[in-house]
Order: sequence, then structure tokens, then C-alpha cells
Amino acid sequence: MKMTRLAATLAATMIAAGPALADTLHFPNLSYRTGPFAAGGIAFADGYADYFTLINERDGGIGGVPIRYSECETAYNTERGVECYQSIRNDSPLVLQPLSTGITYQLIPRTMEDGIPMHTMGYGRTSALNGEVFNWTFNYPANYWDGASVIINYLLSENDNSLEGKKIALLYHNSAYGREPIPTLTTLSERYGFELVTIGVDSPGQEQGSQWLQIRRERPDYVVMWGWGVMNPTAIQEAANIRFPMENFIGVWWSGSQQDVRPVGAAAHGYKALAMHGTGTDYPIYEDLRRYVIEPGKFAGTGDEVGSVLYSRGMYAAMLAVEAAKKAQEIHGVAVITPAMMRDGMANLEITEELMAELGLPDFGPAFSVSCQNHGGSGAAMIQQWDANANEWNLITDWIEPDRELIMQMAMEDSLSFATENNMTPACLN
Amino acid sequence: MLYREAGDFKTSYVADSQTFPIKFDRVGYYVLLGFAFLVMPLIINDYWANSIVVPFLIYTIAALGLNILIGYCGQLSLGTGAFMAVGAYGSYKLMTAFPELNIVFVIIIAGFITAGVGVLFGLPSLRIKGFYLAVATLAAQFFLIWLFTRTAWFYNYSPTGMISAPQREVFGFAVTGPRASAVSMYMICLCFLVISAWLARNLTRGSLGRQWMAIRDMDIAAEIIGVNPLMAKLTAFAVSSFFIGISGALLFAVYLGAAEAGEAFGIDKSFLVLFMVIIGGLGSIFGAFAGAFFLIVGPVLLKLLLVNGLGWPTDLAAHLEIMIIGALILVFLILEPHGIAALWRTIKEKLRLWPFPY
Repeated sequence: MKMTRLAATLAATMIAAGPALADTLHFPNLSYRTGPFAAGGIAFADGYADYFTLINERDGGIGGVPIRYSECETAYNTERGVECYQSIRNDSPLVLQPLSTGITYQLIPRTMEDGIPMHTMGYGRTSALNGEVFNWTFNYPANYWDGASVIINYLLSENDNSLEGKKIALLYHNSAYGREPIPTLTTLSERYGFELVTIGVDSPGQEQGSQWLQIRRERPDYVVMWGWGVMNPTAIQEAANIRFPMENFIGVWWSGSQQDVRPVGAAAHGYKALAMHGTGTDYPIYEDLRRYVIEPGKFAGTGDEVGSVLYSRGMYAAMLAVEAAKKAQEIHGVAVITPAMMRDGMANLEITEELMAELGLPDFGPAFSVSCQNHGGSGAAMIQQWDANANEWNLITDWIEPDRELIMQMAMEDSLSFATENNMTPACLN
Repeated sequence: MLYREAGDFKTSYVADSQTFPIKFDRVGYYVLLGFAFLVMPLIINDYWANSIVVPFLIYTIAALGLNILIGYCGQLSLGTGAFMAVGAYGSYKLMTAFPELNIVFVIIIAGFITAGVGVLFGLPSLRIKGFYLAVATLAAQFFLIWLFTRTAWFYNYSPTGMISAPQREVFGFAVTGPRASAVSMYMICLCFLVISAWLARNLTRGSLGRQWMAIRDMDIAAEIIGVNPLMAKLTAFAVSSFFIGISGALLFAVYLGAAEAGEAFGIDKSFLVLFMVIIGGLGSIFGAFAGAFFLIVGPVLLKLLLVNGLGWPTDLAAHLEIMIIGALILVFLILEPHGIAALWRTIKEKLRLWPFPY
């Protein structure tokens, strides 16, 4: 009896939730605010949501059409991710942002089939660079292989352009995410003659004793980290415990937020990480955010993430989505765009420095343009260093370019093998 | 009133020992089968198939398998996740090595491979019992997952270590890969489930099942009356792993489409299936269905109710969901320690006398 009533309520809600509102632009977010990776997931989701709220409140939507924002909790779990995808796929989602490489791999073939664009900013399948194969997947402005190459280029510049005989350890989250940079680093190690040691940490990454024992034994000159969630502070703490010099410890952009270094306290001083965009509240956009979103209390979550690294990244992702939607409206001349139109907008997106300044984010991210052949943007990133005394990240370099020629070549190989596996003929849509 | 036995005469041994001796049950069973095979395909939509029904069917097969091992043979196992991974990686290797092989055979062969691995890890059960065996199977869990994440051959040297299912068809309908429709996914899982449940039911009430139960109830006594413990325990491991392997293969190939060992088949999977068996009811086929329903469909329904129905924030709903499911498990186990299947038996007894209880 109880079950039937529950079922009846459910049926009623399903019907009520069913029809999509035709005159809105639906931006879903496959977020994770629970589970071992929630610390990063919450900040990103808040930034993503707040920017859409800002556009709605300040501009009345994109091109006059209000944004409908929805969230679905994945807990960074691929099964939940698939469930979330199924629940939104018929609701004309304009762009997916799963914030998980595992879920991305799961969704790439499905989104291709369903014609839904996916933006995996700084994560996901690197070979989605090749838009002729991965028509619906975008990973601008930078991807993992860019990140690996930028780190090596940075280390080259630190070592008078030679890494000959050096030993670099890669400490990676033992998942699809953490294994992504291995091919690039292997190729680069052959080219520059450094020795690469790869050390995997099983998810979620609270247990790293044996890995750091191995690092202590191997005595690498540098440790590069591909970590996420609870793995990051644990690794930094372990590095501090074995007195590994922090300035020789470099994380990817997913291992470089406040949540990662604060738990370690003063010992984290000097830890470095990649930065794919600027951080902090010193950008003009925060005046608008404060006025339209934060002060009226319309912010997502608890509002204490504003200005943090991952909040900025979520905001950046939302900004790129909004700009792509504007582009799509411009190309197709209609205000209420479909996912297919959104894809065209993303494939022709052009971000210039003037545009960034106009949006209130001067020098926040690199200028880049997307084309069918290149879904990856510029790939440039900066290096930031944690100052534990001032409690802030400082950018210590300018934009460092990756070795795009090599990355493009490797991405071509990988994407073409995907195409042959799936009997596809690489071609541009349109 | 319902479940009346009066007037339901059995004139042969076959009729007397059938699975559903009460007519009401039997008719209900056929109606349910008819509904599942004929009506569901017409009314099911993508969301319901993909997020609720298909995972329910797949996990039920896993629960059936584990129930044979724990519920019928009394051998505690915590290696279910790893055995599902064996099924998944087995089916992946077969799918990529023999593209012409029909997916149905791929899944069945993956089941046999898992049965072999299960027997291997079941060997310690001849010497150790109870919690110690649980720890030994826990070793299987960690060892197999470690093997699948560290040995590149298992994932065909793909740089990320993920395995992804190519498209395969049954009678011209894609059942794996992104083009598979909800109905075809539903149908293949349903067929496997019905056959598995039928097999499990008939194995457990035959001589093999009686041997398992004898071992479960008292292994020394069973040995004295002539049950070969080696055969009984190893067949239980084999049959159990066979079903678990099939469910792992289906989970990877049909439902997920792409998987990686550590994430999709971790220790939490072992516990999930174990909880299904315990909550559903040890030593009961119906219990496997009830347990899987409770732990797979329950959370999704709860999420739909809280997020879509009441419009609560997703994180609040997710936290509440964990709390509510946890509380429900406790409530169930306190009210009926023998699981939902026992609860169902009590309800049936009551229904027999309804509306004139004495």
C-alpha cells in the first residue's frame, strides 16, 4: 500500500517534470557535492551555477532567453553519471560538463549518438582535440597532454633547456583520469632523455604510504602529480613528511586549489601547480557577481567558495558555455537554440583578449579559437605557487605554450584508432 | 482468501513438487512473465529502462549468484565485485578478439571464465570457514582488481586503462554500444535474468542444491551422510561465479558501455551485492529480486521523489538518500532479520487467512 502510494507520487512527479520548457536554454550540470571528491566538485559547481545566475539576473539570459540551470548529483561515480545523463538527455541539454574523466569516457559515444555537445574543460579524453572524429566533444582551452607538456617545458626552462639524466616521478590517481598524461610524458622522456617513474595511487587516495616510500627510494628530481579530491592534500602531506622539496613538486590544475594545500598548513609552502586561468576576486566581474548574485542571496551552495581556484574554473566553464551559446545564436539567427546549434557555436568559438576584458575577466584565460580540426584551444597554462604565509596562490610564470605539434600528432593517432574501432569516417559536421 | 489451497488438487508428483504449488502464485507468475516480456517493451521509456530497470535486472543476476554461495551453501564471499570484473573483462577480451562471435555467447563464455576463476578462489574454502573465508575472498577482490588495473593486456593496451564495449547485435538489434535502444537492452537483460533465475531455482531444489544446503547446515554431518564437500563447495563457487560473471558482463557491455576495474568493480560492489542478499533474504530466489529492488531501485526512486518531486537541492537529497536507505536497512533487519523474503512469507500466510484470521 505504501509502495503503491509512493509509486503514484513518483509517477505524478515524473509526468510533472516531463515536458521541457521550450523558451529557455537548458544548461545541466552533472555535479558532485557528495563523496570523496566533493571538495572540488562543490567549488566548481558553485562557480558554474553562479555565472548562469549572473547572466539571468543582469542580462535577462542569453540573447533575451533565460537560462534554465539544473543539477544532477553523480558523486563522481560513473554509474550515477550514466543515470544523470539518461535523466536529462531528452530535456534538450545544450552542453554537458561532467567534471569527471571516467564519466566523460562513458558519455562520449552516447553524446555522439544523441547529438549533445559536451565540454570537458581541462579533463576528459585528450584526443577529442580532433573534432573531425569527436564532433560533439570539446576540450578547450587546454587538456591533460597540454598540461604534461607545459610542466616539462617549465622544467626545461628551469634547467637550462636540458633534462638529460633527470628523474621525474609521476604520481597519478589510478583511474582513466590519472593515466591520461602517461603517453605524453613517456614520449617526452624519450625526447629529452629524462627518466620517468610512474606511481599509481588507488582511488580515492588516502593511502599513499607505500608510494612515498617508493619516491623516497627512487629519489626523483621532480614529482609531478595528477591527483584529485582527497588524494591531493594527502600527497602534499606525505611529501612534507619525507621532506621532499616542495618547489620540486608540481601538480596539474586539478591538484592546485585551496582545498588541496590548506589542510597541510605551513608545510605546503612552495608547492607548485598548473593554472589554466587566473584566480582571486580581483576581476571586475566580481563587482557584478556581488551585486546581482551574492548580495541578493542567489548564490549556489553556501557561498564560501567565491574566488577560489575551482570556483573560478567553474565560472570560466560557464562563461565559455555562454559565449558559445551567443555564437550559436549569431550563426543561426535564432534565440532559442538547440543542442545541435550549440555545437556549431562551440566549434566556431573565438575568445579574444578584448572579449575577456569586456566580460570583466581581463587576462583571466588565454585567447584562443576553436575550429573543426582543433577542439582544444591554445593549451597554454601558467605555473602557480602556494604561499602558505599569505594563504594564496601566486602566479610565477607567464603563459607557457605546450608542444602542440607533438600533442596534435599523438591525438591524431589516438582519435583515428577510435574512428577505425567504431567504423567512422572522420569528417566535419555542418 | 487469496492464496487458497482448498480445491487445488495435485494428482502427480510433478505437480506436487512444482515451484509454485498454489494456483494463485502460479497464475501470478505467468502474468508477471507475460507482462515483462510482452507489455513492458511497449511501455518502457529510455529513462526508466536505463536508470532503473536494466540495472535492477543485472544486479538481480549477481544477487542470485551470491545467494547460491552464501544463502544455499553457507560460504561467505566478499569477492563479488572482482568476479563481476572477471565477467566484464572476459567479455571485453572476447568481444575484441572475436568480433564475429554473437554477444549472447560472449556473455555466456564470460560466465564460464568467471566460474573457473571462482573455483580457483574457492579452493581455500575446503580448509577455512566463515569469516576467515570472507577474508580469503577479500584477497581475490584486491588481487583481481590490481591485476586488471596493472596488466595492460586486459584492457588491450588502451592508454587510459578503460575498456569500452563495441557495438554488437542480436537478431539485427544493437544490444551494446551507444546505438542500443532501451528495449533491446531491456530484453537481453530480461532473458538472461529469467533463464538464470529458472536455472538457480531448479539447481537449488535438485540434488546439487540439497548437497549445498547440507554443507551449509553442518558440513561434518553432510560428509558423514555421503556429501562430497569438495564437489559441493566447488560447484557452489562455480555456479555462483557463473551468474556473477554474467551480471558483470552485462553491467559492462550493456549498461555502462565503458568501465575501469577499480571504479566500477571495487569493494563497494561486493558489499552492495552482499547487502542485497542479506536484506533480500538468504537462501531465497525471491530474496535476490527483493534485495536488488531495494538497493538499486530504491535510491533512484528516492532521488526522483526528493529532487524532481519536491525540488530539493541535489546534495541535500544525496545525503538524505544515504541516511534513509541506511535507516530502512536497519528497520528491515530489526523487523525481519531473515530479509524481505521472510517478510513476504509472513504476508502470504496472513493473506491465506484474510479476511477471517483466527
